[in-house]
Amino acid sequence: MILTLVETDLEGAATEVSLEAVTFARDLSAAGNGVPVDAVVIGDVSEDLRAELASYGVRNVHRVSGDDVAAYSGAGWASAIQTVLAAAGSVVLMAAGTDRGNELMAHVAARSGASMAANVLSFSGLSPFVVTRQVVGGAAMEEMNLHQRPAVFTVAGHAVEAKPADVSGAGEVVEHTPSLASEDLVARVVSTAQPEADESGALTSAKIVVGAGRGVGGAEKFDDVLQLTELLGAALGVSRVVTSAGWRPHHEQVGQTGSRISPDLYIPCGISGAIQHWAGCSSAKTILAINSDAEAPMVTRATYAVIGDLHEIVPAINEELRTRGYGA
Amino acid sequence: MAPSGNVLVCVKRVPDSTEEVVLSEDGLSVDGRRSGFTMSAHEECAVEIAVQTVAATGGEATVLTIGDAEAVEQLRNALAVGCTAATHVVGEPFTFGPSDVAAEIAAVVRDHEAEGRAHELVLLGNDAADSGDFQVGIRLAYELGRPVVNGASTVSVEDGDDGPVVVAVGEGPEGQETYRVPLPAVVTIREGGVEPRYPSVPGRLKAKKVPIEERRPVSEPKGPARVRLVLPPPTPSAVEILGEGPAAAPAVVDLFEKLGVLSPGKAAP
Repeated sequence: MILTLVETDLEGAATEVSLEAVTFARDLSAAGNGVPVDAVVIGDVSEDLRAELASYGVRNVHRVSGDDVAAYSGAGWASAIQTVLAAAGSVVLMAAGTDRGNELMAHVAARSGASMAANVLSFSGLSPFVVTRQVVGGAAMEEMNLHQRPAVFTVAGHAVEAKPADVSGAGEVVEHTPSLASEDLVARVVSTAQPEADESGALTSAKIVVGAGRGVGGAEKFDDVLQLTELLGAALGVSRVVTSAGWRPHHEQVGQTGSRISPDLYIPCGISGAIQHWAGCSSAKTILAINSDAEAPMVTRATYAVIGDLHEIVPAINEELRTRGYGA
Repeated sequence: MAPSGNVLVCVKRVPDSTEEVVLSEDGLSVDGRRSGFTMSAHEECAVEIAVQTVAATGGEATVLTIGDAEAVEQLRNALAVGCTAATHVVGEPFTFGPSDVAAEIAAVVRDHEAEGRAHELVLLGNDAADSGDFQVGIRLAYELGRPVVNGASTVSVEDGDDGPVVVAVGEGPEGQETYRVPLPAVVTIREGGVEPRYPSVPGRLKAKKVPIEERRPVSEPKGPARVRLVLPPPTPSAVEILGEGPAAAPAVVDLFEKLGVLSPGKAAP
């Protein structure tokens, strides 16, 4: 049996990347004689969530609740997932390659003496079970042998497209209220502060992101790109150079050590496109690069490009948008 | 008075990710000779946190790496910004899997403790910039039987009711999360909470004089279960140049309209 950890958003709905992970689990099941796909959710399971998971082919939705899992603890939640693994007789455990997903899979793997593969893109065989995963921020891939049981891994964001199943699963809710060992609850979240309005995941969920890099040239030179951001109703994302120089706050950083974005349109202005940055923006559907260097990696990898000084081009675009009545 | 405590910070020499990735001939590692080497951004922040922590508590900040002879460069860089002791486990890093690395770090922690240099707090990066395993700190915590906080961006050590605690703060899915965990503990660091300092010239000179403890690995590494590394196939550039300079602005807005990303509600009547 394949067990997939499903993470939920603030409204209690399954996150897109978790649905991608369930889709990946189904592909794995199809290659492995149709072994059942189950999901584990820590916290509430609404009827909408149960029905959605059923439409993705999930047989059982294991709901873990109780005081011991009310606040997040890596070891505690991992212990709870192990309880479900044992009860369901699962041989594969997977999650989306989010911060939480990677953390929890690492805990379960360490506790079970198993390997863990982070950010898997695909699998190429079942015996031996070989997966291909992202390394070096996605600039290279590693083929890795996951021979131990349980096989534990996370699925890289957008490695597969989330698709409901042709045949729905039963989606039957199975309750678990494990009692956890006190040592697993020592490192536990004691308080959660609500994010400030402009930090609340606006970047990762934005349909349009305007990017700004070294080419902007200084903290006081962001007016043009900020105006473009506003005119388009977009979010601003910056390269590591920009945050390291203190021009913009870290929460705006896109890249291997910042946010990973997947907007419909990404407009990197004055960003050369180093691996560190590309790791965070390669999932954008369309990229329009504005750069003075026609040979910059960001330009050659982009869908569209305008060559020249961003401080001349961006104001002209802003003016053209206003002339046509946008963002007025 | 702030509680005293020694900090161990673990760093890894990795290929610089601002350059193109080239693989070694056997396909088992990244050849960083062309790109140059660095330590990952998360670890630069972990070093800064280690230095700030001991400045507040009065302990010693020790930097540890597992790597080939060249990895001394990363140890010296950490010494130049305020670490005062260094340990080098000499070995080919790509032959170590995440469990091997955790076991080697745990062995250093135990041996130092036996020598009277207990590391109450062990800091690591959240994930290595090259292998991207996302698990060494967590495995280390289980090896040592310590609690672990993952992905914190700021860390401080305070007096708690029953002894010193580490207060670690990081971004969670629902906002900023705070942990209060009794020492000894393991914390993995994510970039963004502190500004790593640059080494000064006196700092560099001082770093050169610090003796580095050299060790052999305590056990034969089991390896990373790697079959091989591969590079994604090169994709020929398919970029469409819309124009040069400000004259391209109408073509850009035409593109926005074609892509349907402009909300029609925003258009003038």
